[in-house]
Amino acid sequence: MRFLEQWITQIIDPYYLRIIILVGINIIMALGLNITTGVTGQLSMGHAGFMSLGAYTSAIVSLKMGAPFWMALLAGSTIAAVFGFIIGLPALRLEGDYLAIVTIGFAEIVRVFFLNFEPGGKAVGLSGIPQETSFTLVLLITLVVIFFTQRLLSSRLGKAMYAVRENEIAAEACGINTTHLKVLSFVLGAFLGGLGGALYAHYMYYISPQDFDFMRSIEILNMVVLGGLGSIPGSILGAAILTILPEMLRVVAEYRMLFYGALLVLLMIFRPNGLFGDMRVYDLIKTRRAKGEKPCQS
Amino acid sequence: MPVLELRGISQEFGGLRALDGIDLQVPRHAIFGIIGPNGAGKTTLFNVITGIYPPTEGQLLFQQQPIASWSSHKVARLGVGRTFQNIRLFNRLSVLDNVKVAANWNRSAGFWASILGLPSYSREQKHCQEKAEALIDMLGLYDKRMEYAQSLSYGEQRRLEIARALIAEPSLLLLDEPAAGMNSSEKIELMDLIWKIRDDMQLTILLVEHDMHLVMSICEQIAVLDYGRKIAEGRPEQIKSDPRVIQSYLGVEA
Amino acid sequence: MIWQQLLNGLTLGSTYALIALGYTMVYGIVQLINFAHGEIYMVGAFVGLFLVTVWDANLAVAMLGAMAVCMLLGVLVERIAYRPLRGKSSRLSPLISALGASIFLSTLMALIAGVNTRRYPAVQDVGSYALGPVQLSSMQVIILLVSAALMIGLQFLVAHTRIGKAMRACSQDLDASALMGINVNRVISYTFAIGSALAAAGGVMVGVYYNAVWPYMGTLAGLKAFAAAVLGGIGSIPGAMLGGLTLGILEIMGVAYISSSFKDAIAFGILIIVLIIRPQGILGEKINKKV
Repeated sequence: MRFLEQWITQIIDPYYLRIIILVGINIIMALGLNITTGVTGQLSMGHAGFMSLGAYTSAIVSLKMGAPFWMALLAGSTIAAVFGFIIGLPALRLEGDYLAIVTIGFAEIVRVFFLNFEPGGKAVGLSGIPQETSFTLVLLITLVVIFFTQRLLSSRLGKAMYAVRENEIAAEACGINTTHLKVLSFVLGAFLGGLGGALYAHYMYYISPQDFDFMRSIEILNMVVLGGLGSIPGSILGAAILTILPEMLRVVAEYRMLFYGALLVLLMIFRPNGLFGDMRVYDLIKTRRAKGEKPCQS
Repeated sequence: MPVLELRGISQEFGGLRALDGIDLQVPRHAIFGIIGPNGAGKTTLFNVITGIYPPTEGQLLFQQQPIASWSSHKVARLGVGRTFQNIRLFNRLSVLDNVKVAANWNRSAGFWASILGLPSYSREQKHCQEKAEALIDMLGLYDKRMEYAQSLSYGEQRRLEIARALIAEPSLLLLDEPAAGMNSSEKIELMDLIWKIRDDMQLTILLVEHDMHLVMSICEQIAVLDYGRKIAEGRPEQIKSDPRVIQSYLGVEA
Repeated sequence: MIWQQLLNGLTLGSTYALIALGYTMVYGIVQLINFAHGEIYMVGAFVGLFLVTVWDANLAVAMLGAMAVCMLLGVLVERIAYRPLRGKSSRLSPLISALGASIFLSTLMALIAGVNTRRYPAVQDVGSYALGPVQLSSMQVIILLVSAALMIGLQFLVAHTRIGKAMRACSQDLDASALMGINVNRVISYTFAIGSALAAAGGVMVGVYYNAVWPYMGTLAGLKAFAAAVLGGIGSIPGAMLGGLTLGILEIMGVAYISSSFKDAIAFGILIIVLIIRPQGILGEKINKKV
């Protein structure tokens, strides 16, 4: 592993390497939010809250307790998952946009909390976090997360989560415990959000509450929606595009966010279901076959 | 011994009494019909039985067990399957997944077994797959098993709902207007299907239906609801000649 | 002391209520959280500032000008970013489109006016009146009176005019209203126009009252006003007023008696607690599950 790391850092420009690592971290977080919002249909607009809980917890565990990196990662994601559970509970009584504002509120409260949190350096933030997050580690964790998410979503439990999104009443009538699955979806989403945050903190060296504001939650949500709700390739591609695109737009400097905003509007107008919404490998094969058959029919 | 027993079930929605003291006994292996004009409370009755609304008053016994105010999925796991008047499928899941997802959840593989692919998971997955394919085949949907549920025709969607309700091997099946929107040959097929399901799977069927011919042909016993009350109950020929039923409901047709 | 805080809370709450009305009216008809609404409020504050500094306008003119500009802007945003999406996609895509519009507008303003906080020149002599135990500044009087007048005007409009009736019909059932011959697109445009005008009035008054205007002021104010609308019961016009006033008062009380550092968390904390107890908000109607 160390050899791979050395080799990669030699052949890839540090600037590009940085973008690649951020793409990986964003893929992890987008896959998490995809479980909550894309698959189970519980609109969460406060993913940055989970990210910051993971980032701060892991950074404090590393800095103040001198714990090993893996322990910091685990602590960060676990604390985030615990909060995912807590935030999942109101989800049982609230639907759609009501849930959205509760998750926004949760993330804002977390942000204000860290603004006043002495061990977290208040508004100044924390610096000097050991830079443990490496290319190989991010690659490895991303692959593991993709593997297990794929496993989950193709299992019957995963299909039941889609069923909750598609029709809650029918899902209950099929014996599916929708309450249980909604909370589970929040816990899983929060766990991966916290993991992403912990990796982020140990890559950026410095974190502050401004890193985890409302805009950050929206960025992660955009990745999931742009790719296509509920689709794993969609979330991966969404995360990649929305991480790389703003970097490419750096040439237009201050117009960057202007393009970003306009692009979101245009994308939603022309691809309302995201780039990969509704698309399965099976459909691709079928369309190709159908196209092949066409001449015979006419 | 009845499979399902309702004792004085009432349901109120903000002052409106949708069900008013309903008593009902559904015998084992019966095909039991519930009829009544629009707004009589038939679908509400189904929703109370399946735990979507907890009844305001009354007792609900399924195989002697009180289930009033149980949550919906618990009632389902106990052995009550149902279909919906306005079809409720999982539109963006395949036909096969629609059925598999409804298979028995009582002893199903949990989260860790699922993502780690433990033996209990593989066993369950295989079992569900085989059972779902058999059911889909029985309902004539095998060729469409990989299609999204939303791409099926109306009649196919109705059949898929029945397949989904059957996979957990319920002892009571509730069908909410199964023949709605079907033409007469489809209705005949449906009647054969209902008989076949009852005999092959040894279950009890409770159905709400507007098509009088279908109800009178297949139901062994019928209860008539009007304004949330049960106004008559009996065998089809008794119902046909009951003056109160003719007045409130059949009167229009007879 | 407590009366003074109550008065300050009422002032802040009136501005939240003005913004919240736009959220609730739009939500009532098209079930969309119009995330660009906070930016409309921000643009209103800037237009007012522009009129006051460049054209030397007085407060009334600045406010009317801002309302007029924002009416057009609100209608334009709906035309470009929401209408093409209506009725043919999931509920999430208009939401993302709204967020895109919000990012676009705040960035655009940052490019035009710069990111720094700007100050209103003294448009209003800062006289203050002693009213028993409280000090009432002239700007507070203006905010309270103007907000009250606008809200009464809105109530009248919704209850008694043709367009108000059409708006109520559309909020009951959009499809049925269209079938009954109501021009739904026109009603939606009016709704955006009215909501935007109210937000613009709020923007100008907040700009003058707090003497600060900056391009990103709409985000947090918008989120809080949306929280106020949900708190009161989204879709309900009296609910938005009540929610706005409640949040304003509780926020000021929290700052005065608990801690000022948690100011921005108070509104959301209250919202979450209320929603857990009463998921439909204070004045919202309970929605029965339709099966």
